[in-house]
Amino acid sequence: MLSVKENHPVEFSAELLTKFAEVASRYPQGKQKSALLPLLHLVQAEYGWLSTDAMDKVAHFLQIEPIEVYEVATFYTMYFLRPQGKYNLEICRTGPCCLVGAERIMQYIEDALGVKEGEVTADGLFSWRGVECLAACGYGPVLQIGPEYTFYENLTEQSVAQLIETLKNKAQTEA
Amino acid sequence: MGRKLLLEHIDVPGINTFDVYRQQGGYRAVEKALKTMSPEDVVEEVKKSGLRGRGGAGFPTGMKWGFLAKPEGVPRYLVCNGDESEPGTFKDRYLMTHIPHILLEGMIVSSFALGANTSYIYIRGEMMPQIRIMEKAIAEAKAAGFLGKNILGTGYDLEIYVQPGGGAYICGEETALLESLEGKRGNPRIKPPFPAIAGLYGCPTVVNNVESIAATVPIINDGGEEYAKIGIERSTGTKLISASGNIVRPGVYEIDMGLPVEEFIYSDEYCGGIANGKKLKALVPGGSSVPILPANLISKTINGNARLMTYESLADGGFATGSSMGSGGFIVFDEDQCIVRNTWNFARFYHHESCGQCSPCREGTGWMEKILHKIETGKGSIEDIDLLWDVQRRIEGNTICPLGDAAAWPVAAAIRHFRDEFEWHITHPQEALSRNYGLAHYADPIAPVVQ
Repeated sequence: MLSVKENHPVEFSAELLTKFAEVASRYPQGKQKSALLPLLHLVQAEYGWLSTDAMDKVAHFLQIEPIEVYEVATFYTMYFLRPQGKYNLEICRTGPCCLVGAERIMQYIEDALGVKEGEVTADGLFSWRGVECLAACGYGPVLQIGPEYTFYENLTEQSVAQLIETLKNKAQTEA
Repeated sequence: MGRKLLLEHIDVPGINTFDVYRQQGGYRAVEKALKTMSPEDVVEEVKKSGLRGRGGAGFPTGMKWGFLAKPEGVPRYLVCNGDESEPGTFKDRYLMTHIPHILLEGMIVSSFALGANTSYIYIRGEMMPQIRIMEKAIAEAKAAGFLGKNILGTGYDLEIYVQPGGGAYICGEETALLESLEGKRGNPRIKPPFPAIAGLYGCPTVVNNVESIAATVPIINDGGEEYAKIGIERSTGTKLISASGNIVRPGVYEIDMGLPVEEFIYSDEYCGGIANGKKLKALVPGGSSVPILPANLISKTINGNARLMTYESLADGGFATGSSMGSGGFIVFDEDQCIVRNTWNFARFYHHESCGQCSPCREGTGWMEKILHKIETGKGSIEDIDLLWDVQRRIEGNTICPLGDAAAWPVAAAIRHFRDEFEWHITHPQEALSRNYGLAHYADPIAPVVQ
């Protein structure tokens, strides 16, 4: 679901381009396309999502066709093709986490944020979605927040309420 | 008492740093292998150890290494599979978080054995903290002369890089992982050719799981024969088990192969029994892909033998009454859990994760999810159970990669062992929405097994 409507021109910073070059140097001559997934992570960490223009510029950097970037960006679940909330809560919804209450936590998050899965709150601060097994089944229910992918484990309604409060305060301090 | 080979120093403060790891005897295996052994010697020790792939398939690691083609002038690659995405499995995350250097040490030893001068550790993108940990470990090892050019003055050169995934279960399949590492969608390749002949960039490649590679460290330190003394039959050494679900002490445990399943569940040294004083209803012993076992087939096999934590014993009885060691993702269900809901959850997972290349998997997983959802929400008919059985049967064995099988097996096993519960959901739709089926006869150790 590439969104041309929500396209948004970007100009990569010199610092980001230096990181690109470092990543690209990890692969043999002529195999720079291997850098595609790490580069998209770097771009997303910078802008919060991948606009068509950003993907086109990654294609240009790697000297590959834009379609080669789009097909990858649409295949993997970590890449966002439209803006998310500043804090995007990703809750594991797979079997083992559900045995210990993940579904209840998802419902709580939906009620607490007042938006449905995939939507962004009016203030732009939060969005949330269920994701598949995060390999932390012994510490469930779990959620993660990018771009650092910090983990929050053994979630309860109280700990989620506290987390949301902390993030709101953090956003206020940063503003 | 379980022997600790991988997690021996887990409680030592600072063991995640090079210096402390080294003080605890770390990197001895690198010194031993590079200075006193030939690559062939290392392969031979791994063969003698009987080590089997710890990612799920259980293929002998030494034999896999033996298949690696060695054409003149063509680079060879070792790729570590740290995609860890099988529901119920979280051991590799644990190992990389706490003892990153044992993986790195194993990578150096294994790369040397295979003649690889560039190796990659592919880690799922969600594990960004572990990616950072491994990158830091690589920098430390390089600064200490264990990576880079002319390691320890032996003339052996090696660079190791960490590669992040993008969020796709399928990339745990080795050829999908290689596609992903080449910057493409994670579509599994048709085999042959196998990666040992044409893998990364078309070059001979070995892909091994994190735990398998880490296990080469004790194997080289103590010798393959010592390692093979632990365990039973063709299940040698120790295994990391990820224990989750309704147990008192979820977590990662290193066990000797051969530990009785019953002891693992109820001993305070491991899971500590079922949480909240509930009763055991079912077990998925090896990650979501392996068949679920009802309570009456967990502690004992159908022949009345104690069920052990080995590849052979967990599989005893085939798919009719057994399961599989898989990745060691040990998921425990208590009496309050709904088998239909869990089966639907897993089916949804596989539908979501199917790469879409093969129609039996792409379409079949969607059908299974829909039918199970229908039954779970009280809208199913008795014929739906047969339809579900038919769909799973048509997926199994008909796809390029094992994801199709992995989606079909849990559904088949759930129907095989818990058909009563599926039927109850259909005959009592209102009741099924308000309460769970409970234990029924599953917990009775002498109840006959429904075929």
